Amino acid sequence: MSVNIIIKNAVKKFGDNTVISDISLDIKDKELFTLLGPSGCGKTTLLRMIAGFNTIEGGEFFFNDKKINDMKVSTRNIGMVFQNYAIFPHYSVRQNVEFGLRNRKYSKAAIKKEADKFLKLMQIYELRDRKPEQLSGGQQQRVALARALVIKPDVLLMDEPLSNLDAKLRLEMRQVIRDIQKEVGITTVYVTHDQEEAMAISDRIAVMSNGEIQHVGAPQEIYHRPRNKFVATFIGRTNFINASYHSNEKLIKFGDFSFSAENLSVQEDCPVLLSVRPEDFIMHKEENSPLKGIVKDSFFLGLNTHQLVELNHNQQLVEIIRESSLENLLNVGEEVYLSIKNHKINIFSDDGTRNLIRKD
Amino acid sequence: MNRKARFDLWTLLTLGLLILYGIFLILPMMNLLTKAVVDKETGQFTLNYFVKFFNTPYYFNTLLNSFKVTTAVTILTLIVATPLAYIFSRYEIRGKKFLQVLIILSSMSAPFIGAYSWILLLGRSGLITQIFKNTLGITIPNIYGFAGILLVLTLQLYPLIFLYVSGALKNVDNSLLEASENLGCSGVNRFFKIIIPLITPTLLAGGLLVFMRALADFGTPMLIGEGYRTFPVTIFNEFISEIGGDDGFAAAISIVAIIITMIIFLVQRYISVRKSFTMNAINKIRPKEASGIKRILIHAYSYLLVGISIMPQVYIFYTSFKNVHGTTFAPGYSFQSYTAAFDKVGRAITNTMLIPAISLVIIVFLAVLLAYISVRRPGPVSSILDSISMIPYIIPGSVIGITLLIAFNKPPMILSGTMIIMVIGLVIRRMPYTIRSTAAILQQIPMNIEEAALSLGSSKINTFYKITMPMMAAGIISGAILSWITMISELSTAILLYTARTRTLTIEIYTQIIRGNYGIAAALSTMLAVLTIISLLIFNKFSQDGDLSM
Ligand SMILES: Nc1ncnc2c1ncn2[C@@H]1O[C@H](COP(=O)(O)OP(=O)(O)O)[C@@H](O)[C@H]1O
Ligand SMILES: [Mg+2]
Repeated sequence: MSVNIIIKNAVKKFGDNTVISDISLDIKDKELFTLLGPSGCGKTTLLRMIAGFNTIEGGEFFFNDKKINDMKVSTRNIGMVFQNYAIFPHYSVRQNVEFGLRNRKYSKAAIKKEADKFLKLMQIYELRDRKPEQLSGGQQQRVALARALVIKPDVLLMDEPLSNLDAKLRLEMRQVIRDIQKEVGITTVYVTHDQEEAMAISDRIAVMSNGEIQHVGAPQEIYHRPRNKFVATFIGRTNFINASYHSNEKLIKFGDFSFSAENLSVQEDCPVLLSVRPEDFIMHKEENSPLKGIVKDSFFLGLNTHQLVELNHNQQLVEIIRESSLENLLNVGEEVYLSIKNHKINIFSDDGTRNLIRKD
Repeated sequence: MNRKARFDLWTLLTLGLLILYGIFLILPMMNLLTKAVVDKETGQFTLNYFVKFFNTPYYFNTLLNSFKVTTAVTILTLIVATPLAYIFSRYEIRGKKFLQVLIILSSMSAPFIGAYSWILLLGRSGLITQIFKNTLGITIPNIYGFAGILLVLTLQLYPLIFLYVSGALKNVDNSLLEASENLGCSGVNRFFKIIIPLITPTLLAGGLLVFMRALADFGTPMLIGEGYRTFPVTIFNEFISEIGGDDGFAAAISIVAIIITMIIFLVQRYISVRKSFTMNAINKIRPKEASGIKRILIHAYSYLLVGISIMPQVYIFYTSFKNVHGTTFAPGYSFQSYTAAFDKVGRAITNTMLIPAISLVIIVFLAVLLAYISVRRPGPVSSILDSISMIPYIIPGSVIGITLLIAFNKPPMILSGTMIIMVIGLVIRRMPYTIRSTAAILQQIPMNIEEAALSLGSSKINTFYKITMPMMAAGIISGAILSWITMISELSTAILLYTARTRTLTIEIYTQIIRGNYGIAAALSTMLAVLTIISLLIFNKFSQDGDLSM
């Protein structure tokens, strides 16, 4: 069954407090779609509007062309995985998985067959007679997934499903979720505040802040061409450098450094804000670039080495990441020359609200 | 740690407490047992008392009666209070705070005062009975006997279940309810499939408490039971009756009572261990507005139930200002009853403050020590002590009264008739509750805080007084106030132990009711209620979240 979720101008208020003012989204069939944003930005609120736990104060929600605004929770046919799993503690693993099927009045044989299938799929068949208390966090997570999927829901909703697991399990379960989602082929809305997790798992991401969507796109696009300053900071790390645009020469300049910028969505001269990812700086000992700085600090993190460099022209500190190597060590206090992978620089309007490279 | 290091002050205290319990609980119990199986005349071993009890329908039926009415009360309180607690935690109710206060207030008075008020309302010449008879010509069913006891005790005890269940629902994660709804199970169905199983351990614990209280209650069946005799009444009569009072027989009945409550207790423990699981709510259940007919229904249910349960107290308050003519109420209002009451009370008011106050100091002191020993110094001796201290939880109050009287009415320790024996009675009865609540507080204080103090060079006793005690203080004080409220309205032990010099307000009220001085009884009850309300206000100051645990 194919289901796409369409949200048009959604509004959510708690009393007089408007948490979501106007959100529109088009979530495609079989896609793993992530709502990403800092805590308190309204991700859970939006998810619970889709699930039916929150009332909808404005706008329209559709599954395909079926409007769901006024449908009851239990008739929306949604699979849901909760942050703390919400496994019923008085039921065994099997009873938990069968619970939804029983409420749907399946025959005894069908219940057993379907439950067995998903218990096996989630690799918890051996644990089927245990009580939830005797399960580890990762196992509870698997039960929660099996319970959500066994009812053949139209869409799967997950609210920070990995946040209660330790780092290692989180990586493992991330993979499990992605695999199972592709295998079952179900439209999924996934909520997280962890940008790395979002990038790893999603087909597309909606970055949210203050109840508004900042950017919707594939992980690569969001990382490389963020729509605004907020997205650039929230996804990955970046350095902001004040610069100016010279429309005659089509050049961006700061200090003694300049590079050409074609096709910007501005015509006249204006101040701009550059966003340079730490890995897009290249450091040299020999003088082959007009951009000069002094190494202020250095952190060796194994694979990479992070360095803080103070730019000479304005004493700004920038963070630079490069792959660790045996030779070529740069010591604190040493002078360095920096070049930048120009094509990867993002150029924002001065206030950070628009990416001048993007056409939208 | 070596052996010598462990033999410290706490070991001494443990032994001291064991000895205290030995003298004031274990030996008296042994004594009671001996009385029950030794013939008074011949001094020979005999089971005659037990045979007499089980072979005489008159006696044996009191046991059955007690059982029937207590079981009915327990079931009814669960049926009435569980939905109320659920409604309160899931929905916004107008005036919820006010209702909660009323629920607590209605549970705080002595049950027999409720019984007496219901007699005034629904009895043969009760207010409501008369209204129905005179205006509508309808005769209200007789409330004496089984129905009356059921009514009074249910209304008196359902607040316990309400408080227990409300507490348990705080630990139920809202996601569980949502998950259930999401999987197609909501409403009433969900209440029975998810909520009830989750709070079963609480229902069992609350049910046990209600059962023990209802079984032990003496005043209610005495006043409203009439022909329906329950066995606290029988024990009392057998022991007290001046002609042919037989303490051997009373002792035997007491032993039967203890065995029964013990069985109930063990069964409850057995089931609840099997049904329990740890819960910890991240997303608490938040009350929301209900709409339409549902909204009307939940409001109607809440207000009706609370209204009925507070009615006796309101009516007593009202009658306390009515004019009295002889033993009947007359038209018009005055402070006549209060004037008469003040003439009668004598030392009762001072006693009502003094006896519980002394008991309270002892209880708090001992309970803190006992809780500390059982939580922080686990071991065989400490667990024996712990078990012993819980024994009184399952012993009906009148049995404790008899046990103490039999043990301490002869040398080497003659305490009968003194204030001391009343204090001992209260202390023994109230200790299990206080130890439990104190232990719960202690369990929440992480061990490493004490270890930090020890590592900084503080001695064990200094650590206890300077670190542990202050951290427990607020919890202990609020617990103590609850104990205080229960103790000032205690009747079933006191009724056996009091003398003219040690009468309390509660006993005085009981006496006045028995004598038919309803006006004076109402005035005294109102005074007791005021004392209770003041205590509750103080409790609120000290309790962090206003949670009550009995
Ligand atoms: N039931 C509620 N009542 C009132 N305010 C709420 C409620 N649920 C969420 N909010 C508010 O809505 C905002 C968004 O919350 P939420 O959606 O939970 O954020 P997120 O999941 O992104 O961390 C927060 O400011 C929160 O305080
Ligand atoms: Mg959230």
